Amino acid sequence: MPVTLDRDISKQLAEAVKAAAMARTPLAITGGGTKRFYTGMAQGERLDVTGHRGITTYEPTELVVTARTGTLLTEIEAALAEKGQMLGFEPPHFGPSATLGGTIACGFSGPRRPYAGSARDFVLGATIINGKGEVLRFGGQVMKNVAGFDVSRLMVGALGTLGVLLDISLKVLPKPAREITLSFELPSAKAIATMNAWAGTPLPISGACHVGDTLYIRLSGTALGVRAAHTRLGGEPVGKGDQFWRELREHERSFFQDSATLWRLSVPPAIAPMPLPGKWFIDWGGAQRWLKSDSPAAEIHRAAEAAGGYARPFTDALPTQVFSAPSGSVLARLHRQIKQSFDPAGVLNTAVRQ
Amino acid sequence: MNHLCLTLDSLDFTQTMNTPLPQQSLKHQTARLNLAATLRTFLPATSVLATKEDMQPYECDGLSAYRRLPGLVVLPETIEQVQRILKLCSEQDVPVVARGAGTGLSGGALPLTEGVLLALGKFNRILEIDPLNRTATVQPGVRNLAISEAAAVHNLYYAPDPSSQIACSIGGNVAENAGGVHCLKYGLTVHNVIGLTFITMDGERITVGGKGLDSPGYDLLAIMTGSEGMLGVIVEIIVKLLPKPERAQVMLAIFDDIEKAGDAVSVVISHGFVPAGLEMMDNLAIRAAEDYAKVGYPVEAAAILLCELDGTNEEVSEGIAQVRELLLKQGATEVRTAKDDQERLRMWAGRKAAFPAVGRLSPDYYCMDGTIPRKHLARVLKKISDLSRAHGLAVANVFHAGDGNLHPLILYDASKPGELEKTEELGGKILEFCVAVGGTITGEHGVGMEKINQMCVQFTKEELAQFHALKAAFDPKGLLNPGKAVPTLSRCAEFGRMHVHSGKLVHPDLERF
Repeated sequence: MPVTLDRDISKQLAEAVKAAAMARTPLAITGGGTKRFYTGMAQGERLDVTGHRGITTYEPTELVVTARTGTLLTEIEAALAEKGQMLGFEPPHFGPSATLGGTIACGFSGPRRPYAGSARDFVLGATIINGKGEVLRFGGQVMKNVAGFDVSRLMVGALGTLGVLLDISLKVLPKPAREITLSFELPSAKAIATMNAWAGTPLPISGACHVGDTLYIRLSGTALGVRAAHTRLGGEPVGKGDQFWRELREHERSFFQDSATLWRLSVPPAIAPMPLPGKWFIDWGGAQRWLKSDSPAAEIHRAAEAAGGYARPFTDALPTQVFSAPSGSVLARLHRQIKQSFDPAGVLNTAVRQ
Repeated sequence: MNHLCLTLDSLDFTQTMNTPLPQQSLKHQTARLNLAATLRTFLPATSVLATKEDMQPYECDGLSAYRRLPGLVVLPETIEQVQRILKLCSEQDVPVVARGAGTGLSGGALPLTEGVLLALGKFNRILEIDPLNRTATVQPGVRNLAISEAAAVHNLYYAPDPSSQIACSIGGNVAENAGGVHCLKYGLTVHNVIGLTFITMDGERITVGGKGLDSPGYDLLAIMTGSEGMLGVIVEIIVKLLPKPERAQVMLAIFDDIEKAGDAVSVVISHGFVPAGLEMMDNLAIRAAEDYAKVGYPVEAAAILLCELDGTNEEVSEGIAQVRELLLKQGATEVRTAKDDQERLRMWAGRKAAFPAVGRLSPDYYCMDGTIPRKHLARVLKKISDLSRAHGLAVANVFHAGDGNLHPLILYDASKPGELEKTEELGGKILEFCVAVGGTITGEHGVGMEKINQMCVQFTKEELAQFHALKAAFDPKGLLNPGKAVPTLSRCAEFGRMHVHSGKLVHPDLERF
């Protein structure tokens, strides 16, 4: 059994960034490599963060865990599970070597997201190395903290382009006492309407998705609460519900094995089924829709925008510009200026698409 | 209640931005009147205020000890007007301070003599309630409570509920990342906003988010929320609406010892309960609240805990029974459960009226807002009690026990010479101790101009420089609310604050506080 040593290599990492900034050498920040299918490989000298690891504080009664970013996600989740707690945003791993840093840098959230919160919602604080090699700490270990700008949350989903993440403090949640999964045979239009109608009522829902002709609902809470909700909703209990939601989260369901390109559409949840050819797996109660389609990218982007959202290929196989604002726009300019304010020499993951 | 008006002309605001303060053009009467005339070419005359009488209502916000008349007050009604106003001010290097309802407690909307006070009060329409997507699209001047009132017909509500919700504006809530009694379970404003339109100092319009749950690029929603009017002027907001819980029930637990009460909070949380509300009051706060609201609070108790659970009927019944037992096991001398909704509201009424109640005890009070890790509560309260004695000023404590946000209320009399300064010194020391135990100087009221010195304690100079660089990315000229929230390094040096970072005291063996 390999011994994983908790280590703080922040000094070495900061020095490496400082040197890179002076020489203007691009850096490619690497963790466990599990999200590379999405980000592509950044150009530049490798800056390996995996040696910076260990849970530094975990206080179940404060609902806070702080860990170095090279720590394996599995290690953190195991520590939480031991105390009957969990990460509320149910992050996908996409591989056994997934680290906390990559998880937060990509900001992906699982099926529980609309009901418990997103990755960013659970970040309380972060220590980063900015593009000048300075070690900076923002936020803290408390949820209510409005001193200064919300830089720690800005790091979530920033793909390492604003700073090397060193450690993150996360709010944790108690694991629900009971969880069950129910299924209902419904076509997608009816399923979307139903998921959203139920989300507007006080039911203990923690997951809602539709694929093929089946709507799946996860109920989480106290034993009595879940039982009462089941009685109210009806539906067929699904055995091994945990496995179902994990396979959805990790893209291991058969839907994801299809050879067509995988697109992620983020749209208002109650939008009717979208007029795009292909197969759909509708998650987040309608707000995150996975599409397997070989339609032209422009068509998919157009449909997503018309629905009030946006689309992104969930793979770097397509050379499409991911950040959909036209490059001359105010929004694009603001992004460049924000990037520059953290990384004036442009060394941090700069070739990664944003 | 008397208010001591400080003269602020002597305060040098060049100490608050790295970029040199732009020409203070509105200090000169001609410049002021010229700008007013130009504004009146595209705004109704009544939307541009220039006389002392007309501008006086805008001279301060909820931090009423600090007052200053702006150069001009401008009250736009449309987004295009806001764009034109900002563009004009940018061209003339005139700083702009935005204002919602003026209920803020940190002086974030305190005007600048040489600047324009941009009041968003006319932006008071709820543009849309979408019950199926569960969103409300609102203008920034809409009152917080008005959103829930409009959503009630669909059995939905807007969760963040600062105690000022009957008056405060949603735009101000976003600018300050306001919290409230229910934020342990339902989050702060940042957790409940999914779309925003704001105008940059150049007059350009940026929209981020929408009714979907995320948007591409950097998380500008997160960075704008809590940005205290320094990055852009918010003109439209999309908030999440949640289903009203089927039932909410509250318990009042009585303790003869504050430490037991603090420990009880930890025990409730560690048993897997996430209460909708969990509030603590100390003896002085209890007595003040009871005297004012007459709701039956136990005036001999060392502390009370108000614990509210919400959810489905079954969840609440099960939860109440279990939490009650936990509280009694932790040493509560009595646990009262509200038997109906009326009694629930009555139990909360005392806590919600805590500030005005405490305000009756003395001519003035100063509300602090720090956050600490809950486990240090007893230690912090003891420190506050020691400091209170040393400074000769009484302090009542109200505590959002669920999330560690502490509101010490310092009682003072501004008409006594030196008393305000003593009060501020005591407040500053309390906040510094919050940082020393690993907390923060502001949980929900914002930094504004009130806590700007304490920012020097909470952050290193590199961190402050990063804030300035980020601010410059949005507002290169530094015209949006200069002098607030983020101090310059020279200011920090001048005030000579010792740096206490992340709960690690330098020379911990030396008695400092």
